[in-house]
Amino acid sequence: MAKALDYESLNENVKKTAYAVRGELYLRASELQKEGKKIIFTNVGNPHALGQKPLTFPRQVVALCQAPFLLDDPNVGLLFPADAIARAKHYLQLTSGGLGAYSDSRGIPGVRKEVAEFIERRDGYPTDPELIFLTDGASKGVMQMLNAIIRNENDGILVPVPQYPLYSAAITLYGGSLVPYYLEEEANWSLDFNNIRQSIASARSKGITVRAMVIINPGNPTGQCLSEANIRELLRFCFLENLVLLADEVYQQNIYQDERPFISARKILFDMGPPLNKEVQLVSFHTVSKGYWGECGQRGGYFEMTNLSPKTVDEIYKVASISLSPNVPGQIFMGLMVNPPKPGDISYFKFEQESKAIMESLRKRAHIMTDGFNSCRNVVCNFTEGAMYSFPQIRLPARAIEAAKSAGKAPDVLYCLKLLEATGISTVPGSGFGQKEGVFHLRTTILPAEEDMPAIMESFKKFNDAFMEEYEDYRGYSRM
Amino acid sequence: MGSDATAPVTVESINPKVLKCEYAVRGEIVTHAQRLQQKLQTNPSSLPFDEIIYCNIGNPQSLGQQPITFFREVLALSDHPALLEKPETSILFSSDSIARAQQILSSIPGKATGAYSHSQGIKGLRDAIAEGIAARDGFPANADDIFLTDGASPGVHNMMQLLLRSESDGILCPIPQYPLYSASIALHGGTLVPYYLDEATGWGLEISELKKQLEDARSKGITVRALVVINPGNPTGQVLAEENQKQIVEFCKNEGLVLLADEVYQENIYVDDKKFNSFKKIARSMGYGEEDLPLVSYQSISKGYYGECGKRGGYMEVTGFSSSVREQIYKVASVNLCSNISGQILASLVMNPPKLGDASYESYVAERDGILKSLARRAKALEDALNSLEGVTCNKAEGAMYLFPQVRLPEKAIEAAKEAKKAPDAFYALSLLESTGVVVVPGSGFGQVPGTYHFRCTILPQEDKIPAIISRLTAFHESFLNKYRD
Repeated sequence: MAKALDYESLNENVKKTAYAVRGELYLRASELQKEGKKIIFTNVGNPHALGQKPLTFPRQVVALCQAPFLLDDPNVGLLFPADAIARAKHYLQLTSGGLGAYSDSRGIPGVRKEVAEFIERRDGYPTDPELIFLTDGASKGVMQMLNAIIRNENDGILVPVPQYPLYSAAITLYGGSLVPYYLEEEANWSLDFNNIRQSIASARSKGITVRAMVIINPGNPTGQCLSEANIRELLRFCFLENLVLLADEVYQQNIYQDERPFISARKILFDMGPPLNKEVQLVSFHTVSKGYWGECGQRGGYFEMTNLSPKTVDEIYKVASISLSPNVPGQIFMGLMVNPPKPGDISYFKFEQESKAIMESLRKRAHIMTDGFNSCRNVVCNFTEGAMYSFPQIRLPARAIEAAKSAGKAPDVLYCLKLLEATGISTVPGSGFGQKEGVFHLRTTILPAEEDMPAIMESFKKFNDAFMEEYEDYRGYSRM
Repeated sequence: MGSDATAPVTVESINPKVLKCEYAVRGEIVTHAQRLQQKLQTNPSSLPFDEIIYCNIGNPQSLGQQPITFFREVLALSDHPALLEKPETSILFSSDSIARAQQILSSIPGKATGAYSHSQGIKGLRDAIAEGIAARDGFPANADDIFLTDGASPGVHNMMQLLLRSESDGILCPIPQYPLYSASIALHGGTLVPYYLDEATGWGLEISELKKQLEDARSKGITVRALVVINPGNPTGQVLAEENQKQIVEFCKNEGLVLLADEVYQENIYVDDKKFNSFKKIARSMGYGEEDLPLVSYQSISKGYYGECGKRGGYMEVTGFSSSVREQIYKVASVNLCSNISGQILASLVMNPPKLGDASYESYVAERDGILKSLARRAKALEDALNSLEGVTCNKAEGAMYLFPQVRLPEKAIEAAKEAKKAPDAFYALSLLESTGVVVVPGSGFGQVPGTYHFRCTILPQEDKIPAIISRLTAFHESFLNKYRD
């Protein structure tokens, strides 16, 4: 009797799915770590894993919510400030039985109200808490929406290249088609609408119904912050082409330049007025994993729906209800993030200090890393305007590309494996995110501690320049 | 609002599998209850009852059950490790919770509870869980076989995604079943192959019924891939006898089926003559090893005596699969990066609670036994009350958290239901809600033998509320029958 479940009889879509962020490089790095090698994991945006400390106030609040009996203890004030105690009581009251009870499948109503108030303060337009669903991390929300949209392989989703491979993985898992649109590296990874129009036309000529467009702003892995003009054109495009816009805005707090501050797609949509503001369908995603909070392990996120009909929202609610509810501590982190300590609160000063220190350091590290890469032979790197990553282009010599082919590996995979073995720096090859044919990159994060950065960049430069020396032909590779 | 005719995402154009799936536990009746609850808030005397009592969902802490103190102490310390550096902490926290938190934190790289972990969950926690499984079963368990998930439900979805290639792939599911199974099978595009539990014999699982349904499905061109067994049962509450379990293992082995063992109620047993045996233990005790039986065992932190639903913690223990299949399971898990760390920690505590000699042991045991004994009392009280109603028979709840009585509805009621365009048991449940404020889930949400009607009611309201619930239920049932008497 054939085995009940063997590789051959698995769902094909599962087999086709790839997620490089925890793929080959990461697995190799983990192996080396087990063997005792010191590894610097820069494969995933995971700030606390690289030494960033959690903000104090939210941890105090959630600890009190975990152990409400502390609130009755006369000594609680010895360990917790009064505003953390008050906030814990506030959130416990909003739950239907503390952290251990399933909440509403959309998330605790009181927290969703806090999120709505945050969105209104940020954008200047009111929003309905009923259209905000909290999720176990933003990724779950992305997967829920893509699952709702994709009917079969003839449904296409426009995805930026390079992209965060959650999108390609989810589209493959759900049996849809990824329709790529290329970001312009030479123009600071900006949108090229001619290219987007070509992509959509090409897909349609193959019988694909393009249903949605994904935009990641600030970009991952590319880090660019979109201009208002770009976003306006994007929204007009979605309106004309009848696409729902999926706006991944999880890095909205991570901005390292002042020319292009973050503006949400929703704000611009409403600024544009009728008919777009009532017609364009938009889903916006946010998380507690990034920004200066970096609370990846809590799995807190939300999505906000704009211009989806009540019946559609009901169906999305139905699917959310099967998983019963998002985790309650993560929901409280979300509430705290959108509603942090205010001037005058006891914890405000410390909270501000901690937050500013992280943001200033991230900005510094964005520069250190970009400059460091640009000082390396055959490496060109756009500035990390936002998010948490650096995505340098590695101009691999022809002989390196051949060597990779002989080894049966993509050229950037070979480069990253050698980088890993030589320096312990664990990155993700650009092929994991998508790139133009024949152009190679790697993604690393700007998250290693500031004091470790110079040594890391030096280590990288040493490896890279030696690699280039080894593989260049005697004429050298001209920098064009 | 987007005009539905032309907008890209409408009910007409969304994934039909989403439209097809259903989940009654938070379905129509609950939405209605929430509306009534809002009505009560604005006008407390507008309805014939003071409050809505949600007996639709296994959510113990929403109905007053207290969390286990030791677990919450460890979690608070893990969430805010700065506490461990303060001398005052030893005044407010038990010494063993401090020690356990320190041990857990040192097993987490950088002690960073805010970092994404390994996609299967933190290794040290999986080690603790594997030890717990081995201590429970008497057979070894491997940390690498464990996948920590946000509740047990995502693990069920993972396996359905892997197993179901098309509508021609089927999964054998008990009827009645917890509708996560029917929903996830629909969502992943497969076919549910029902096997009926026998109400007359305490919801017995007959191998002859399994065989019959399997052959029937195969004759229709369905490739049956797996067998779901929920033990203790939900909504039915029965605990399988060892002999029965052995037959099930043999059946899966002989027919080449993956055994999906939902064991989330393993700590909810209310009868002395039955015991929980994990399917892994049974298989190993029969001499079957990894090569003999692909088995996925699910456990959750939401049930038992800990009832930590809101934390979303659980795991699946995956044994008997080739390494290439396991890589695929890992890959799908990695797309979501990892489950929430707090839930992971709780799962390790549940599988490795305080032991004799630990500072918190006695108070832990008192809390645990208090909850379990109370659950057993409530199960009995509600079961007796239901059995005393005219035309109602209710099997004993040997385990889990529910009662699933059968209600013989008069013809007139069935007609009234038809007119109201509702399933007869949904009509009954709705009338029950409107008269008493008690929310139950109609049996049609779980599946039942056609022509029979049930509802699922949890045993979770606090003990002091039970008499009032019983008297309201009794009064309602009498008046319902009188109204629709033939």
